Amino acid sequence: MKVPHANEVYGLIGEFETPKDLMAAARKVREAGYHHIDAYVPFPVEGLSQALGLGRKHDLVPLLTLIGGLGGGLTGFFFQLWVSMSAYPMNIGGRPLNSWPAFIPVTFELTVLGASTFAVFGMLALNKLPQPHHPLFNVARFKHASIDKFFLCIEAHDPKFHLEETARFLQSVNAQHVTEVRDED
Amino acid sequence: MSTGDHTVNSPEIRRLARVIEPGHSYASVTDKIASIVLTRPVSIGWLAGFSIAFTLMMVLMGSIAWLIIKGVGIWGINIPIGWGFAIVNFVWWIGIGHAGTLISAILFLLNQKWRTSINRFAEAMTLFAVACAGIFPLIHTGRPWMAYYMFPYPSTMSIWPQFRSPLIWDVFAVSTYGTVSALFWFVGLIPDLATLRDRATNKTAQVIYGMLAMGWRGSARHWHRYQSAYLLLAGLATPLVLSVHTVVSFDFSIAIVPGWHTTIFPPYFVAGAIYSGFAMVLTIAIPLRKAYDLEDFITMRHLENMAKVMLATGLIVAYGYFFEFFMSLYSGNKFDVFLVQQRLHGPYSGYYFALILCNILTPQLLWIQKVRTNVAALFVMSLVINLGMWLERFVIVVISLTRDFVPSAWGRYQPTFWDYSTFVGTIGLFVTLLFLFVRALPAISIAEMRELVAHTSEEHE
Repeated sequence: MKVPHANEVYGLIGEFETPKDLMAAARKVREAGYHHIDAYVPFPVEGLSQALGLGRKHDLVPLLTLIGGLGGGLTGFFFQLWVSMSAYPMNIGGRPLNSWPAFIPVTFELTVLGASTFAVFGMLALNKLPQPHHPLFNVARFKHASIDKFFLCIEAHDPKFHLEETARFLQSVNAQHVTEVRDED
Repeated sequence: MSTGDHTVNSPEIRRLARVIEPGHSYASVTDKIASIVLTRPVSIGWLAGFSIAFTLMMVLMGSIAWLIIKGVGIWGINIPIGWGFAIVNFVWWIGIGHAGTLISAILFLLNQKWRTSINRFAEAMTLFAVACAGIFPLIHTGRPWMAYYMFPYPSTMSIWPQFRSPLIWDVFAVSTYGTVSALFWFVGLIPDLATLRDRATNKTAQVIYGMLAMGWRGSARHWHRYQSAYLLLAGLATPLVLSVHTVVSFDFSIAIVPGWHTTIFPPYFVAGAIYSGFAMVLTIAIPLRKAYDLEDFITMRHLENMAKVMLATGLIVAYGYFFEFFMSLYSGNKFDVFLVQQRLHGPYSGYYFALILCNILTPQLLWIQKVRTNVAALFVMSLVINLGMWLERFVIVVISLTRDFVPSAWGRYQPTFWDYSTFVGTIGLFVTLLFLFVRALPAISIAEMRELVAHTSEEHE
């Protein structure tokens, strides 16, 4: 997603009353050949990702979580091994220095810690958040995207995008308050 | 099964079965929950409650200051009872936190819709309980400014923590638990912070909520990743919450002290933690729904379900007590047998019988539906269970330490004023944080409530 220059048109946005209307419109928009589209909704709507054509491959969060978990667990385990066997060996009752079962609780905790931090910060990074400025915030009615309305946006860099025609098309799929989104400052 | 139809159609049961009262729309749930934070004026009741809690928190600050000036000698601990109130309170608080994670993670994985309106403040409760819990081992070290020694860092003394010690496992378990609970809570809050940003009318609130929401705009692409991160976090928090009280129980069961050295400790500690945690969730939920008119969202169904979870976990705890008792006698180990006698007839037997009364006998009333659906009775019951779980930790810590292997090493434990003031002080800290939370952040997840509205309206169609 490219951030447009000042005063450039970002896209066209239309509003829907219910998740059902939005889903139906999203399907029609995709069938009409638009690819650079996104929906803005106040809660996760089941099936919306499929309606917009977002595949599973768009979601790198599980992979990042796996990497974080493996990284945390392996680092934790071998670090304890290194401390106990080489950096600070202590003979306690003649037990082996490599007393690995005793290292499992900390290994487990660090696995969870690594996986969780990667899941959260990975999700934020992939979503490019924090991002305080976005052209959509210039649309007055967009406030409702976090309250009770469902929005569909066709972005200007879509090859099929044409200001008037796309606006008419959005209205034809029952979108209300079709508005041009501009990056104003 | 012949009564099945009758039960389903009885209006009383239908009313109970609702997780949200009918007639709510996306806008009305948003309005109702957000207005508590954004528009509702500060009430006299809130101010009064906050002042009391804040005063108690100052008692905590004073007690800690005096402790740092004088040392741990101001407490009742001695040799052989080196643990005392500090560890009793630590285990009690950390256990309370467990219900929050259970509600937010385990019930989420099990797809229990009734968790929706209670998960946010239960998670907040977890965070605040962990904060209270963390204070105790820290100040119990005697020199809390040296506490960083417990973390592995490359020190100029070239020493490292002893990773074979359950006390170091505890450091990792509790700090991971605190961190992951905070992450989980914050991720859940992001969409609601965006709602508050968009609804706030005053500039300061817009800026603060705006920064916290980080520019969340509800994009379907974002929600997609958000949901997978949330699901993964729930999956990670589930074994984590079970591991935390397991590690806490290792603090006891790895030691060879009679009454501590038992393999039943991990499951029975985890069940006890969830038991006390649900009691605390009820203790908070009942006044909260009353004070902020949230009866539509925190319905009788929620209260009754929580009562059922308490009854079930209470029975697991009772099973734990029974087998702890049975295995001591069955083992024939004379120190273990002696410990059982000490619990029943020793100097602290009063605590033991009070514990049985609070944790096993009283909760049996929850079998009766009239009790489970009586708000006042549930509130009293939750307080009784909180007390009972505190007594359980007192019995475990104190009785075992006062009566170990040789009579010359026996002792007595008498808590002092400072023991009580520190404990009461942490309750003050906990309640203060809750009061601030209710005014600053949405106590119920708004985005999830909208989802619930969407689901219930689909069912009607």
